[in-house]
This record gives sequence, C-alpha cells and structure tokens, in this order.
Amino acid sequence: MTALAISVKDLSKKYESGFAVSHANFEVPLGTICGFVGPNGAGKTTTIRMLLGLITPTGGTAQVLGESITHPEKYLSRVGAMIEGPAFYPALSGEENLKVLATLGGYPIERVAKLIETVGLAGRGGSKYKTYSLGMKQRLGIAAALLPEPQVLVLDEPTNGLDPEGIQEVRDLLKKLASGGTTVFVSSHLLSELELISEYIVMLRKGEVVFAGSMQDLLMQQQPVILVKTESPTDLNKIVEIAHADGHRATIRSEVAHIEGPAEWAGTLNKKAFEAGILLTQLSPQLPNLEETFFEMTGDRS
Amino acid sequence: MIRVIFAEWRKLRRPTLFFGTLGAALFFTGLTTTFLYLMIDSEQGNSDRGRRVGREVLNLAGGSVYGFASVGGLLGIIALCVFAAQTSQEYTYGTLRNLLVRQPGRLRILMGKLFAMKLFALILVLITAIVSVSLSVALSDRAKVTTDLWFTSDGFHEIGKTFLNVTISVIYFGIVGMILGLLLRSPISAISIGVLWILIIENLLGAVKPVFLDWMPGNQLTTIAQGGSADISYSHALTLGTSYVIVGAIVAAFLFVRRDVAN
Repeated sequence: MTALAISVKDLSKKYESGFAVSHANFEVPLGTICGFVGPNGAGKTTTIRMLLGLITPTGGTAQVLGESITHPEKYLSRVGAMIEGPAFYPALSGEENLKVLATLGGYPIERVAKLIETVGLAGRGGSKYKTYSLGMKQRLGIAAALLPEPQVLVLDEPTNGLDPEGIQEVRDLLKKLASGGTTVFVSSHLLSELELISEYIVMLRKGEVVFAGSMQDLLMQQQPVILVKTESPTDLNKIVEIAHADGHRATIRSEVAHIEGPAEWAGTLNKKAFEAGILLTQLSPQLPNLEETFFEMTGDRS
Repeated sequence: MIRVIFAEWRKLRRPTLFFGTLGAALFFTGLTTTFLYLMIDSEQGNSDRGRRVGREVLNLAGGSVYGFASVGGLLGIIALCVFAAQTSQEYTYGTLRNLLVRQPGRLRILMGKLFAMKLFALILVLITAIVSVSLSVALSDRAKVTTDLWFTSDGFHEIGKTFLNVTISVIYFGIVGMILGLLLRSPISAISIGVLWILIIENLLGAVKPVFLDWMPGNQLTTIAQGGSADISYSHALTLGTSYVIVGAIVAAFLFVRRDVAN
C-alpha cells in the first residue's frame, strides 16, 4: 500500500449559499508533487483551509500525514503552507516577519537567513514588507512555508506575480524538494507549469472532484487533437464534414478546426482535403495537454 | 504558550509602535500632572472634568501619585487602542492563518498575545508612573505643595496601591480592546467604537441620567485607576469592571476558537 501524505474522504463544506466543497475524495501519495486545479470558486482554497484546520468541515473526513484534520496540532509542525497568497505584517521587515513565525513554531532562528537566500531575497530581508513587490512578497510567502522543513508543503498559487525567471526558480525548488522526499500539494492557474512538475492531479469543479489520479492517467483519457486552418475560413465546415465522415469528433473555434483523432490520421485528412480542392494553411497534430484537458473536464474557458 | 508570547513581543517591540505609544502616554501623563500643579489656584479647576484638587489633598501621603491616578483612564484608552489594533489586524492583514498554521492551539494563541500585551502595558504604566511622580516632585515647590509625607512608608504604600490600580485598569481597558478586536475583526471599527463609547456615549448617558455612570464599563475601569471616586466605591468598580471583562473575554474567546478563519 502506498503511504499517503493526504487522504480525503467525502469531505464537504456547506454554507448557507450551498456547497463550497461537496463530498470530495482524493489521495496524494508521499513524496510526490500534486497539482490542485479548478476554476475560480471551485473550492480549492476551502479544501486547503480544511486540511490546515482553519475551517471546520461540515461532512466527511481527511487525514494529513496519517493524522485526522480534527487534530491539526498533531501534524501541522510537519506542514508548510502558503494559503491564498502571502500575508505578513507590513511594518516589519521580511526577515522579522519570518522570525515571528519561527519563534511561534519553535524553529531555529538561524534558518531564517538561509531561507531568505534560498528564495532569492538576499539583501532585501531587512527591508519592510510593505516595500516589497508582489513577486518578493510571494517569495517571502514560500520562505515562510519552508520554515518547518516540511514533510508536506501546501502552496496556493505560489507563482502569482513572479516573472518567468522566478517561475522557473519556484519550479526547480519544488522539484528539488520533491526529490528530497517532500510532498508538494500546489494549486496554480499556470496549468502548463503544473504539467511540467506534477505527477498527480486533483481537479475540482463547482466543489466536486472531477479527477484525482496520476497526470499520465488524466492525459490518456483525452484524445489527441489535430488543429486545422484553411485558406478560406468557409472551407472549415467541409473539413468538419470530412472528419465526421471518418468518425472523428470536430468543432470550429476561432477559425480553427479541432479534430479529435490520432496524429496518423492527419495524412489521410491532408489527402482528402487536397482531393476536395481545399488548401490547408495549418495541419498540426497535438498531444493532449493539461490545459485542454482542464477545459474539457471543467467546461471553464475563462 | 511561551513561544506565542515571544512571537507577539517581536511585533510589540517595533520602535514605531513602542515609542509611539509611549510618547502618547507620556504626553497625557505630562499634561495631566503639570495642570494639576500649575493650575492649583485656578478657578476653572486643575483636574479632570474641571474638578479642583487643593494643596490639602496633594500634601497627603498619596499626593505624589494623584496625577498618575488621574491619567489612568487615558492610559487605559491608549491600551484599548493598542490591544484592539494588535488583535484585529491579524484578520485584516490575513496573518491569523499563518499564526494558526504554526500554532493551531487557538486559546494558546489568544492567551500568549494577551500576556505579551499585558507586559507591554505594564512597561508603559511603569514608565509613566516614574515620569508622573518625578514631575510631581519637580513642580511641588512651585505649587507650594509639601512633599514631607510622599516618601514615608505610607507614601510608598500609596504609590504601590495606585500603581496596582492603574495597572489593573489599563489591562482591563486593553482586554476590552482585545474583545472588540476579536468581535469586529477590524482595527478601525474596534478602536472607533471603543473610544466613542468610553469618551462620548458613556458621558452623554451620564449627563442624561447620572445613575447610568454607576454601571458603565468605561467609568468602572477609570474609577479602578483612581482607587474609587466620590460617586462610585472602589469595590463596586472593581467587581463590576472585572465582571464585564470576564464575560466579554469568555464570549470573545469562544468565538475565536469556534469561528472559521476564512480571510
């Protein structure tokens, strides 16, 4: 049996307005990077808050590192978290903010300087938090989450406000942590980033888990797609007809035909289009990716 | 809990907060004590609400701390503001979630914060007491007040008693601020409602019907600092004030422990 970092069974949170999270079930194995995705308002942050003991579930159970979330004091010393963006005292320096948390958690104060350097804030640790840019605040939030040298790291949108270089640094850091045995549970809107680093994915839609499992299993559920553009946009309808005639699903979006089918069928399509007198300006088979799969499964194109 | 106290102290010792609060406290202490002596012969009075405090009172063993006792209510309001801001800003900054992830024991967080803030208030009261007594000594000659009894054993007893009363009052005011901070979760609301109630609403109600003042929380806490007044006995103020603080603290603590942290 695989050891689990997080195990969620029928977890629910109901408000007067309805379910924020409804009967969620998923598991995250130890030592993996698990992406947590869903449209805005899908219930990601509510789930994270329940896992951290900040809000009480109205139904179901969950365990973190084998301990029930009804007793967060049993596991939180081994968990690092940044929830809904960084939150610190504006009048204190970044370093002093971390020292407050290190003191509270009983961690060595010397760890603060090292973490400041790890997240790329060396030289700015003494500046007041209110003078930080969004990217620097985000880095400090990650440093705070790393304070306990966590076994489980929960990060909610860690790359918000970071420049491409910063995003790559965070990606490398998370990979390094995972290779050292840390379980990383990370929510992000940057699906391409998650696809690069995640082995597991939990996908939420309107408070319900629509997929939980390995990234490979998720992508295998989706058909490869062939993208087709024609010289004359009116010819796209004919392309769709050709696809339907061969038993492939096809739709037109933004003057591009999206045809579900294996890459090999692209040659057949090219031949049939030529025979029908249609000039193709683009014919590109694409493997399923997380972004497309996400849109398919959540119905969210916002 | 000791870790919570030290963590909170890191925030409280910030120079802007520490010296800013101390500056405000010393300003009011200086003003009250100076007026008490320099306006001793004024027809308009030399104490709070235009009362006249003559040499026959200041010559007594407790004369050295009369000014300090008079400023107790104002020190309390300063403590109310600091305690309310330090508590409610955890909600507005969103830092409460960080604290609770690092220390999930919510009552422990609350007690640790309270203890650290009590320590802050104690330092504040101690420094203002020293300044007020020193000012009283310095101004006594000019006001023709005799200090012969001030530093006798009775005088020291009075100093100790007043220091204790002012400390109790200031800490109670602070706890009221903390309660408001926890209930309202906004520094502006907590401070404005607290200060408005104590400085304006209670006085308005008292002006309409003076007997109301016997039951108003702010008035009880100010009376504790003064060691009792002509209208309210010390024991009445202490009993009622303590009851208000305990009931408020229980309600606020219950809500803090049970409420979801959603910001």
